[in-house]
Amino acid sequence: MDATTVSILQEQRFSRSARWTLALIVAALVFALASFLIGPADYAPRELLMGLFTGKGAAGVIAQEIRLPRAALALIVGAALGGSGAALQGLFANPLAEPGVTGVTACAGLGAVVAMYFGLVALHPLTLPVFAIAGALIAAAILYALSKSGAGAVALVLAGVAIGSFATALTALALSLARNPYAMSEMVLWMMGSLKDRTLNDLSYALPLVACGLGLLATTGRGLDALTLGEEAARSLGIAVGSLRGRVVLGVALATGAATAAAGAVSFVGLMVPHLLRPLFGYQPSRLLVPSMIGGAAMVAGADVALRLITPDGQLLLGVITAMLGAPFFLWLILKLRRQP
Amino acid sequence: MSVRFDQVSVSFGRRAALNRVSASLMAGSVTGIVGPNGAGKTTLLRAALGLQPLSHGHVDVLGKALADWPREALARAMAYLPQGGEARWPMPVEDVVLLGRLPYRGFGPPDLKDRLAAADALARCEAPHFARRRMDELSAGERARVLFARALATGAAVLFADEPAAYLDPSHQLRLMDLLREEARRGTAVAVTLHDLSLAARHCDRVLVLEQGALAADGPPAEAFADATLARVFKIAREPDSLQLGAFRRL
Repeated sequence: MDATTVSILQEQRFSRSARWTLALIVAALVFALASFLIGPADYAPRELLMGLFTGKGAAGVIAQEIRLPRAALALIVGAALGGSGAALQGLFANPLAEPGVTGVTACAGLGAVVAMYFGLVALHPLTLPVFAIAGALIAAAILYALSKSGAGAVALVLAGVAIGSFATALTALALSLARNPYAMSEMVLWMMGSLKDRTLNDLSYALPLVACGLGLLATTGRGLDALTLGEEAARSLGIAVGSLRGRVVLGVALATGAATAAAGAVSFVGLMVPHLLRPLFGYQPSRLLVPSMIGGAAMVAGADVALRLITPDGQLLLGVITAMLGAPFFLWLILKLRRQP
Repeated sequence: MSVRFDQVSVSFGRRAALNRVSASLMAGSVTGIVGPNGAGKTTLLRAALGLQPLSHGHVDVLGKALADWPREALARAMAYLPQGGEARWPMPVEDVVLLGRLPYRGFGPPDLKDRLAAADALARCEAPHFARRRMDELSAGERARVLFARALATGAAVLFADEPAAYLDPSHQLRLMDLLREEARRGTAVAVTLHDLSLAARHCDRVLVLEQGALAADGPPAEAFADATLARVFKIAREPDSLQLGAFRRL
């Protein structure tokens, strides 16, 4: 292979990835716009868009305080979950790793519920995301410790099931102890995830925290690539593996924790997105990180549009859609893994 | 002198994995590291790479103490092929080999120089036709060649390979030893752990024999594989009436 061939191949691949990235961005923006325009209050797109910029009248209030937070949070939550999924799969070299399956979102939900229903949010509004991030951090740290002690792909998922069930049980306990008359219905909201009734306040903490988390994850691509050769080889290639693991765990906790504080426990996005993108971007973890963030944003915004088209009254929850798609996908993946030698 | 071990000891708990080993690896030569299972061969390589904390002694790499090397510069100076390595995702072969260029790259994509180095390494391993194939489409022996090409692509001054011959058929084992020789001719210090004593005897310039963490012999193969050493360390003897080099019997 001479220099010209090499550079031609290089350019071809680059432009292919660039084209698909652009397509994902367009899809995410189109879904977010649709999510902004569709809703129970029947306003024309023009009125809503005018309202978004002027803030005047009922359309302005709805556009700025209901539709904008919802559409923006769909993108942010999706990006957080998609990016976290890609990073966890790279770190654990495990195609089944994902914030939902590994119990990270359930623990983040537990943290959020504790902060919200025991009056801690009244002390400071940031306690909600901080508790959710702390919950996510605990789950991610347990998983990390397990993987370091040699747990395989399936053992890690089983541990995630245990962590998730435990966190869900504690969430139910916390909601019961809080003597909230709406405990049951709110529990469902937290456990399935929803973008209903989100406010600008939710957006104001979710955006910077998720951005920090994803920024941290974006620095891990090179190290995760080296890790595909195993830890010893990665270290011999000059990668500080301990710092790499720390950045992934912290980045996932920040992104998933903040996203869960805003929208509850939305599952399977981080599982599906990297898998759907691998045929387009390749298997190398660094090539998947940013596309998975954009793809996750497109998927959650798309799911939000779909659920409002299916039930315009807002009865269907976001997590129901993602789980309906994700659970069969998960089973298919397990079957596929079993067939591999 | 490329790598110098000075009184190097490593312990795992109470067990001494290496016990005051002093030896040198020379530029331009192939050094075989042999010994029974658990003799400390891999530990010696890991100690040289800075992957294994020492309990005593020190290691110099290219005239500088190991601890004084910045991480990235050390990664450019020494390449390591771990035992039984695998690529964990079914990546294209070309991308796996390019990982050997990571110490030269920042966060950007590989440049033309990296791609040429990778293509050259693949060609030297007689695997250029694999370049576009995925790792899961190759046989175990083919994957081993690709991973070896990954280590060559770094173009380091010191190359460590831990049991690289383990998954190769006899023809590719010989090809591998030729490759190590070619790499040494370029001025690289090559150190390779081997279980096959006849491969070590025929293809290494020097052999280090390890026995329970201590250096039992160090010299040219004819010297290092003296009958007394073979009997004591490996509990084997040369077949007296065999013309075959490397025919042994158990004692």
